[in-house]
Amino acid sequence: MKILSVENLSKSFGGIHANRDISFDISAGEILGIIGPNGAGKSTLFDLITGYTKADSGKILFNDNNIFGMRPDKISNLGIGRTFQKLKPFADLTLLENVMIGSFAKESNIKNARDKALEIIDFVDLIEKRHHFARELSTGQRKRLELARAMAIEPKLLLMDEVTGGVDQKTIPGLVDLILKMKAAGVTIATIEHNINIIMEISDDILALDQGQRIAYGKPEEIQKNDRVIDAYLGTVDVA
Amino acid sequence: MENTLNTARLEPVWHTNRRIMLLLAALALFLVIFPLFGPNSFYLHLMIMIFMYAVMAQSWNVIAGLSGQISLGHGLFFGIGAYTSSFLFVEYGVTPWIGIFIGMFFSAVIAVLIGIPMLRLSGHYFAIATLLIGISFQLVFQRWEWVGAASGLWIPLTEESSWLALQFHDSKVPYYYVFLAFFIISYFFVWRLSLSKIGFRLRAVRDDYQAASSLGIDVSKYKIIAYAISAIVMAPMGSLFAQYILIVDPDRMFNLEISILVLLMTVLGGIGNIWGPLIGVAILIPISEYSRIYLGGTGGAVDLIFYGLILMLICIFRPAGLISLFPKHILERKKQR
Repeated sequence: MKILSVENLSKSFGGIHANRDISFDISAGEILGIIGPNGAGKSTLFDLITGYTKADSGKILFNDNNIFGMRPDKISNLGIGRTFQKLKPFADLTLLENVMIGSFAKESNIKNARDKALEIIDFVDLIEKRHHFARELSTGQRKRLELARAMAIEPKLLLMDEVTGGVDQKTIPGLVDLILKMKAAGVTIATIEHNINIIMEISDDILALDQGQRIAYGKPEEIQKNDRVIDAYLGTVDVA
Repeated sequence: MENTLNTARLEPVWHTNRRIMLLLAALALFLVIFPLFGPNSFYLHLMIMIFMYAVMAQSWNVIAGLSGQISLGHGLFFGIGAYTSSFLFVEYGVTPWIGIFIGMFFSAVIAVLIGIPMLRLSGHYFAIATLLIGISFQLVFQRWEWVGAASGLWIPLTEESSWLALQFHDSKVPYYYVFLAFFIISYFFVWRLSLSKIGFRLRAVRDDYQAASSLGIDVSKYKIIAYAISAIVMAPMGSLFAQYILIVDPDRMFNLEISILVLLMTVLGGIGNIWGPLIGVAILIPISEYSRIYLGGTGGAVDLIFYGLILMLICIFRPAGLISLFPKHILERKKQR
């Protein structure tokens, strides 16, 4: 069952086409990996879907509701959560308080919101750090914080923008396990990733972008062999 | 890990530092019994001014500290509160106790009405807009005959002191207790607010409005809520001050200085912390009142020179305000770690 359908989505900034006629679907319970070189329009695509940037044209259907042009908070309340490429923790609040703010989307009672937040913090393996201020956490821990906070709104679809970006190599396997754990918990996921090995390992489908355009869309094994992806993402190797 | 989760579930929802609570209880007790020591009327007046400005600065702390919006025209709600209760008392004989609540209601309505268009502005644009709105209210009231125009309203003296009319001719002690009660209620209210769902959401808006909206928070709505709550906290001080000095006029009640003072006091003490405004007020009000005594009239503006100097020092050495001088473990929840 399709949870998200994007049809011919376009956005230009002046003369630059950030996204041009992008179409794809995400099925419930799956992971869609989004890849592409820097400037391919991946984060812009997330901004268009979540309402942070208004698309010029196209259609975005979430559970058959047209969410094109809706405000970010309304889209969030419909069940689309997201994390940001540039981390946005509430720095002067504790980890627990950060996640509680997410819990308040569905829960008004303070104690219930706290208990729910604790469970999610435990889920992302940060329970020992619950009373630490967000500013005191490492980058990897902040990434988990953002995932926990987004999970707290009980999203049907979670958009993750470079979860493994900017963290040390030792931290990456834990984050990948966490993504798979979230999938197992029933969350549908779209994730932007630069690490091609990770994306091949975790994705059910892959969308490849280059210069704002869709250059490939399909199963990981198809994408891996796609010439345009190899050319755009890895660069053409001329063998003399 | 399961054990830690179970332990975490059993923790109190809010950590409170017992020593701080005892200190606060002792302070509250001292404030309650202070008039029993027979202080002269100057000290009572000084304390009344501290209570009043502490509430006003706390009101500003709600909009600036909790939601991150800098208002430069917050004295507007002081004036609305003062004029509403005074007008109702002078024209219709409505007791100021009811007038206070009607003033709070009008202030909230005005905050919402001007907040809807203005809170779409961000940063200094919002600050400038609030400054101009504050000034324009003063101009309107200076020309509005129905409320006495530039002369304002003189609150008629009751024959005898009266709790119903909130007038006390023989002593400042009843005023002291009224202001003290509003001070305690306001601080308790803002403390509870900061720990509520609304308080959390406001802090999320303050820290990062994009992250906040990704969690389903309507940023504009919450900014308006903060502005309205802030107005509700400020308005009663206008009403009470009017009863204290028995006159309301536009130059006094919509004075730009009020807006600037509450900002200075909060910045001095520490924005965003509930005790910040009180610390700022406890330092600046005595300077202001003593300079008034020793230099006469408006204090020869020496207090303003002091304010400027202190503010410069704070900006250079303690940008987080004087509250940051307190030991970190008291302010942060280290105990639970």
